[in-house]
Amino acid sequence: MRNFVSERAKTIPPSGIRKFFDLALTMDNVISLGVGEPDFSTPWNICESSIYSIEQGTTSYTSNKGLPSLRDALSRYLGQHYNLPYTSSDEILITSGVSEGLDIAIRSIVDPGDEVAIAQPGYVSYAPCVTLSGGKPVPVRCTEKDHFKLNPETLQEQITPKTKALIINFPNNPTGAVMNGSDLKAIADIVIDKDILLISDEIYAELTYEGTHVASATVSDLWERTITLNGFSKAYAMTGWRVGYLCAPKELCDAALKIHQYVMLCAPVMGQVGALEALRSAEEDKNSMVNEYRLRRNMIVAGLNRIGLICHVPEGAFYAFPSVKGTGLSDVEFAERLLKEQKVAVVPGSVFGDGGEDHLRCAYAVSRKDLSEALGRMETFISGL
Amino acid sequence: MDEKDLELLRILEENSRLSADEISIMTNLSTADVESRVHALEAAQVIKRYSTVINWERAGNGEVSAVIELKVSPERDYGYDRIAERLSRFRQVKTLRLMTGTYDLQLVVTGKNMQEVSRFVSEHVAPMDRIRETATHIIMKSYKENGHTLFEQQETERLPYSF
Repeated sequence: MRNFVSERAKTIPPSGIRKFFDLALTMDNVISLGVGEPDFSTPWNICESSIYSIEQGTTSYTSNKGLPSLRDALSRYLGQHYNLPYTSSDEILITSGVSEGLDIAIRSIVDPGDEVAIAQPGYVSYAPCVTLSGGKPVPVRCTEKDHFKLNPETLQEQITPKTKALIINFPNNPTGAVMNGSDLKAIADIVIDKDILLISDEIYAELTYEGTHVASATVSDLWERTITLNGFSKAYAMTGWRVGYLCAPKELCDAALKIHQYVMLCAPVMGQVGALEALRSAEEDKNSMVNEYRLRRNMIVAGLNRIGLICHVPEGAFYAFPSVKGTGLSDVEFAERLLKEQKVAVVPGSVFGDGGEDHLRCAYAVSRKDLSEALGRMETFISGL
Repeated sequence: MDEKDLELLRILEENSRLSADEISIMTNLSTADVESRVHALEAAQVIKRYSTVINWERAGNGEVSAVIELKVSPERDYGYDRIAERLSRFRQVKTLRLMTGTYDLQLVVTGKNMQEVSRFVSEHVAPMDRIRETATHIIMKSYKENGHTLFEQQETERLPYSF
């Protein structure tokens, strides 16, 4: 029989580390700081309204773009919170999570041979999505020295005449780094000067602990060349609902819509109903979760630094990104041995691409009790090295 | 009272057993600052006391609680205050509130058993001057107290890793 797997599928890097992750599944009493999702359940008012809508028979397709009521509410929300002027009729598309938004954003702009610069360390699916579109992912390394912000000079060096777009994600998974207005201004100057497009994944926008989040599209004249991606998963603890949104000027949004209507048709209606309720009534729930993450962040940063894993203060998301350089182990060795010897799961930073090596991603979306216990076990592990 | 005080109150309301050191790490305040703020909040009676949410049903001591509604004739110059203060001195009265609506005062009363609760109502509350009417509702089961659910909730399963 022939090998039916496409060359493109073959070129996506396999998850070589999968075996190690699977090991955690077979062990008992593991405390996992490896999870990139809130530990809270979705606020009940959101669940209740979705359940009610199902009982009322709201179970059909929606418009490809998503429920008009949800797009209207989002348009107001984005205007009020982030000063983003997206119109509900033409510039907002409801997607099945940011994952889909990212895929269709990339597919709607990348032609074979195009290069896409990707700020790294970064979320694991950016590069594979570019590869699947026939594009070439080009990592742009963010370093500890810059607190993992995107350095304009490093970016400049990676841009070629073939560069079509830049993908950024701030607040960042896995580093927790945040770019403020002036940081973004320096990036905007390059993006505009080189005439490239910006894809800004702002899924952690609400989880900004110092100051307020600056939306990329509001900086300089970036609006006309920015695709903003966001969703409900992180801020409202709605990961399993799969509701995100893509916002862009009409022409770009229309292109993404064409792909979306063939590959997804629409985001699940019950998820969209829940998302609408989140915007209507879950502000307080969101704030109290964000507040709790902030307390835990302070706990984990203090704890990691105390046990000798040097860690800058992440200003957003729910990840601490300490260095393991002082321990004599690589990030993968550290994570494997920590799991086997002390049953604490963390993610080796190298999973997140260039610049992630020698670091660990420790998610603090776990209870304070588990966080204390995990830090205690890590201390035991380190003192035994 | 500033944002930091409110944050301390929220933390303590959720778990008053945290040490000043632990709270200091979470809030980025110094331990001394946490202590002095908590003392000030205690002195100002913003923090009234530290108590524990107990699932008495599970403790199995058979205590009975009732919500009692009272219709009361208010007093000239004092309104409901004097009778409310009088009622609140009883050990059995755990909670006492003045309400809008069809009755005036609402009591939550706890006793060792049903007899004790009904004796308390009939001997001490109902005969008081100015109380025109009482309605006693025995609490059959408590599902949530002070923001804490008392029923078993299923642990949700999360993958040990996700990106």
